[in-house]
Amino acid sequence: MDILNALVAFLNFVFIPAAAYGAQLALGALGVTLIYGILRFSNFAHGDTMAFGTAVTILVTWALQAAGISLGPLPTALLALPLGIAGTAALVLLTDRAVYRFYRVQKAAPIILVMASVGVMFLMNGLTRLLIGVDEQRFADGARFVINVRDFREMTGLQEGLALKTTQALTVIVAVIVVWALFWFLNRTKSGKAMRAYSDNEDLALLSGIDPEKVVRLTWIIAAGLATIAGVLYGLDKAFKPFNYFQILLPIFAAAIVGGLGNPLGAIAGGFVVAFSEVAITYPWLKVAGYLFPGWEPGGLLQLLGTEYKFAVSFVILIVVLLFKPTGLFRGKSV
Amino acid sequence: MSDAEKAFGKRGNRDASVVNPRPAGTVDGSRRSGPVGPGREGDPFLIGEGMSGGYGRGPDILHDCTIAVEKGQIAVIVGPNGAGKSTAMKAIFGMLDLRKGSVRLDGRDITALNPQDRVKAGMGFVPQVNNIFPSMSCEENLEMGAFIRKDDIADTMAQVYDLFPILKEKRRQAAGELSGGQRQQLAVGRALMTRPSLLMLDEPTAGVSPIVMDELFDRIIAIARGGLPILMVEQNAKQAMAIADKAYVLVQGANAHTGSGKELMNNDEVRRTFLGG
Repeated sequence: MDILNALVAFLNFVFIPAAAYGAQLALGALGVTLIYGILRFSNFAHGDTMAFGTAVTILVTWALQAAGISLGPLPTALLALPLGIAGTAALVLLTDRAVYRFYRVQKAAPIILVMASVGVMFLMNGLTRLLIGVDEQRFADGARFVINVRDFREMTGLQEGLALKTTQALTVIVAVIVVWALFWFLNRTKSGKAMRAYSDNEDLALLSGIDPEKVVRLTWIIAAGLATIAGVLYGLDKAFKPFNYFQILLPIFAAAIVGGLGNPLGAIAGGFVVAFSEVAITYPWLKVAGYLFPGWEPGGLLQLLGTEYKFAVSFVILIVVLLFKPTGLFRGKSV
Repeated sequence: MSDAEKAFGKRGNRDASVVNPRPAGTVDGSRRSGPVGPGREGDPFLIGEGMSGGYGRGPDILHDCTIAVEKGQIAVIVGPNGAGKSTAMKAIFGMLDLRKGSVRLDGRDITALNPQDRVKAGMGFVPQVNNIFPSMSCEENLEMGAFIRKDDIADTMAQVYDLFPILKEKRRQAAGELSGGQRQQLAVGRALMTRPSLLMLDEPTAGVSPIVMDELFDRIIAIARGGLPILMVEQNAKQAMAIADKAYVLVQGANAHTGSGKELMNNDEVRRTFLGG
């Protein structure tokens, strides 16, 4: 039995990719849960907001690269991120003014807002494709690895190698900073508290002199920021393709619901639950098993589900949670 | 209509993972304020004069209703169920579309202001229900009360804690965990945090035990003694009239009787039809 090699294989193929993916989902789910808590509807356009934000960031990245500006070992996209966020914030504020505000003033049932968000989703979908095309774009530059397989082997003398991509490390670090900043904002600043107050009781927030339209605008700006950051990190880690961002909506919703909609802490936990389940279930465990039980020669790859079916995992988690703990792990509002 | 029906309409899937069942606000927060006009000579501190109107495009609930509060006094609005007491209060606070009449505060005509700006103009309003932020701590509730203030709020908070010591004890606790009486105290405290020039209370004693009710009335009198004029809607007509400098009996959205609390208590008709003997 070779526990060390098994552990390294586990870290390399399951833990590190799932942690990075989980951080991306968590950031996406935070945006969804914020909109749900404050504007009272599930924003189906969130995936495409991520795609739009990433597309803008990529365009700015290309411009920076063309101008010869780079961040050394870090991806240039980080430098372009603020502009990407600004562009996305402008777009969502525009959609709010043009679409959602109308229904808000009418006091329309929130289910109508959900449907409106589906329309906005298709619109943003098209906008992103017009902007950057439908093809896959790779825009990660700078150093590729923090630790690469060969160095790791030479360093430790182990048979199994471990790679930590710059984008993976970056994803986790950025996610931690963003989550900390968001919680600090919501719990310590006046504007953040005003957002929570509005989400608790709209009328009373108004009676306290909190301008509801300001809260709504702030919420959209923060959601746009979270979406763009999540999208860029996902794009850096894998690749940018508009369709993938549409598909990622499902695991993001699964994450938000698993954690409990409306609860930011739940969104983070949910992101990691979904990511780890997805990776663990679609990973062929043969290698790890080989180290742990040298005598055992199983017939297959020990893969529970083909990677083509990874979205089924989100579905199953979603169904199980809604059946057995509909309010989510952290007491959200879903019933 | 239940909250679920408001959120989903009367058909279809009622899955809260798509729609947040929390009820929306009832006030249109996007309405802009109009200009502030001059008041009239000889106005009381606050007057809602000749108010007629209802909710949205619905029928009128108020009919030429007039409510006024003088400086340093307590005015109460009493009346049978459905008389439009709370509606009159909301009309004064700008949460209702007035078709006729005007609202004037401290020498200004504020009829065109939206509720947010009326808070800034010095009105403090405590709704009857849903008058706290349940998931926030007591202290945060008070901070939100002081949202429009840019100066140091520590003094006002200390004053509120002096007035309602229980709030200081529970200041780190979520407001949703408080008892009914404590919630009402917090709700009044929240409104006091703006340092309003007028306090409006919509049935502050609804749903609390008689002992707590007496205590709340004591606190309200203490606030009024401090010089803050109070306008209050109250179900417990006898007790309310006992502390009122001025009382308004509303019936079907119109003024039926007006006078000092004592006068109305001694008025035969009011006693017979309304105070129960």
